[in-house]
Amino acid sequence: MEVRVANVRKEFERFPALHDVSLDIKSGELIALLGPSGSGKTTLLRLIAGLERPTKGAIFFGDEDASQKSIQERNVGFVFQHYALFRHMTVADNIGFGLKVRHGPTRPPAVEIRRRATELLDLVQLSGLEKRYPAQLSGGQRQRVALARAMAIEPKVLLLDEPFGALDAQVRRELRRWLREIHDATGHTTVFVTHDQEEALELADRVVVMSQGRIEQVGTADDIYDRPNSPFVYGFIGESSSLPVKVDNGEIWLADRPIGLAAPDAPSGEATLYFRPHDVELLDGCSGCIAGTVAASRRVAGTRRVELEIGGERQRVEIELPVDHPAAQKSRVAFRPGRWKLFPTANSA
Amino acid sequence: MTTAPAQAGWRFKQPSVIPGFGLTLGFSLAYLTLIILIPLSGLIWRSAALGWTDFWAIAVDRRTLNALETSFGTAFIAAVVNVVFGTLVAWVLVRYRFPGRRIVDAMVDLPFALPTAVAGIALTTLYAPNGWIGKLLMPLGLKVAYTPLGIVIALIFIGLPFVVRTVQPIMEEIDKEVEEAAATLGANRFQIITRVLFPGLAPAIITGFSLAFARGVGEYGSVIFIAGNLPYKSEIAPLLIVIRLEEYNYPAATAIAAIMLALSFLMLLVVNLVQTWSRKRYG
Repeated sequence: MEVRVANVRKEFERFPALHDVSLDIKSGELIALLGPSGSGKTTLLRLIAGLERPTKGAIFFGDEDASQKSIQERNVGFVFQHYALFRHMTVADNIGFGLKVRHGPTRPPAVEIRRRATELLDLVQLSGLEKRYPAQLSGGQRQRVALARAMAIEPKVLLLDEPFGALDAQVRRELRRWLREIHDATGHTTVFVTHDQEEALELADRVVVMSQGRIEQVGTADDIYDRPNSPFVYGFIGESSSLPVKVDNGEIWLADRPIGLAAPDAPSGEATLYFRPHDVELLDGCSGCIAGTVAASRRVAGTRRVELEIGGERQRVEIELPVDHPAAQKSRVAFRPGRWKLFPTANSA
Repeated sequence: MTTAPAQAGWRFKQPSVIPGFGLTLGFSLAYLTLIILIPLSGLIWRSAALGWTDFWAIAVDRRTLNALETSFGTAFIAAVVNVVFGTLVAWVLVRYRFPGRRIVDAMVDLPFALPTAVAGIALTTLYAPNGWIGKLLMPLGLKVAYTPLGIVIALIFIGLPFVVRTVQPIMEEIDKEVEEAAATLGANRFQIITRVLFPGLAPAIITGFSLAFARGVGEYGSVIFIAGNLPYKSEIAPLLIVIRLEEYNYPAATAIAAIMLALSFLMLLVVNLVQTWSRKRYG
C-alpha cells in the first residue's frame, strides 16, 4: 500500500512538532525515519498510524484519505519500543488478539486464528512458544512476538517505533538482519523510526533524515552519506569535520591563504567547509592546503584519528591518518579534503 | 528466563548476601504471635470451655445464624458495590486531570479517618425516613435506615477507600502503549477495557475486594446506628457478640466470635488462593 503524507503539520498545545511535512512512500518499501530526539520522527509515525491527528494536512493510504479514519479502521500494524504485549495473555493469544476482536463475518473461526498464530510464530522463529506468557520471554523474543501480533491483522502498513531501542547491541544486529529478511519475504510497506544511523543506513531502502520537525533529506544510504544536502545531514550522518572559510572569486580561503580548492559556483562570502575525516589527501609541502599542529591523537580500530589545530584561531578539526604515519604530538600535518561540500554560513543551521 | 524454574516441593527461600534473615524471620514470628495468634487462641480456648454440644447449640441458634447471614451477606454486597464504583473512582483519579482532583483524592481517605460512629450517625440522619435522602426514597417504598439495606450503605462507605487505594497504584502503572497497541489491532474502547485493561487489574481488584469485605464483616461502630438492630432481621454478628458480653455470657460471645473467625479465615484463604493463581498467570 502506498502511503502519502501531504503537507502535515502537528502542534502539541501550540508547540509545533512537525512543520509542513510531505513524504511519499512507495508500496513495499522499507523506510527509516532517522533523526535526533525531538526531531518529530515518532510524531510522524504516530500520525501515520492514527495515534495522533494532524493539525493540518492529510495522510493517504493509496487514494483513500486515512486521516478521516479512526485508528481501528486504518488497519496498521504498530510495534512499540517497549513491546506493549498483553501480559495476561499467552504468546498465541497476543498474536491472535487482532483477529479475535473482529466482529461478525470478518472474524475468522478460532481454529483458523490458532493456525495463523502458529504460522506467524514460525515466521518470527519462535515456534513452540505458543503457551508462554510475555514475562517468560527475553526482550528480543518479546519484540518478535510484538511484530507477529502486528502482522497478524495483515496490515496495510507496518510501523515500528524504535523497535530495537531497548535491546542490547548483539540482539539488535541480529534482529536487524532478520527484519530485513521478513520484509523481503512478506513485502509489507514498512516504516520504522530510529536514532541509530547505522541501523537506518543498513536496513532501509530509503532514509528520511529529520531535524526539528522538518524533513532534511530523503534518499538511499548512498545519497545520504555521499551527497548530504544540508550542514545538519553532513554533521548527523557519519563522521564529519568543518571549518569556517571564505569564498572569493570561486576560490576557497582559510584565513589569509587559499587552500587549493575551487568552488566556481559558490557565491563569494563566509561559508563553512564540510568534509569526512577519512576522506583526506595528505600532502608534504603546503602551498594550497590546510595545515595544522597535532593536538591530540588516538587509535581507532585500523586507523589513527588526530585532532589538528588550524591557524591562529586554533580551529580544531579531526582527520584520519594511517597508523604508521609519523605524526606525533606537536608535529605539523598538511592535507586537503578529498570529497567536500561548502554551505554558505548565513543559511546554515 | 526461558524455562520455568523447577519447583521441587517446599523449600526455604535462599537467604541473600545481606544478613539478617534469621533475625527478621524470628522477630516477625514473635511479633505475629504476640499481636495476633495469642489473642485469637485465647478466643478459641474460651469458647472451647463451652463443650461441643453447647457450642453447637449456639452455632445453629436461629438468632446466631441470622446475625452471621446479615454480617457476611451485607459485607459481600457492599464489597461488590465497592469494587465496581471504587474502580471507577480510581479510574477517574488516575486518568483525568480536573480542577479539584487532589481534593477528591483526599476525600477518598476520609472513611479511614472518620470515627465510625460519626459516620453511622451521619448516614442514619441522611437515610432516616425524615432525613434528606430518606424523605426522597420513602415515596418509592424504599426504606433504608433500620434495614439491612442501611447496613449495606454504611459498609459501602467504610469499604470504599480499600478498593480505591489498592487499585489506583496498579492502574497508574498501566502503560498507555498497551491500549494503543490494542487500538491499532482493531479493538474498540469496550474491548480494550474488558480484554486488556481489566484482566491486568484483576489481582488488585480481588485484593481490594477482600480488604473491603473483611472490613465489612468486622465493622461495628457505623452499622449499629443505621441498622436498627432488630434481632433476626438487621442484627449483625459483632453486635450479637457485644449483647452476649453485656449479659456476662462470655462463652456464647466467644463461640460466635470463633465461628466468625473461622468463616472469615476461610474466605480470605480462598481469595488469597485466587490471588496466587492470577499472579502466576499474569506474571
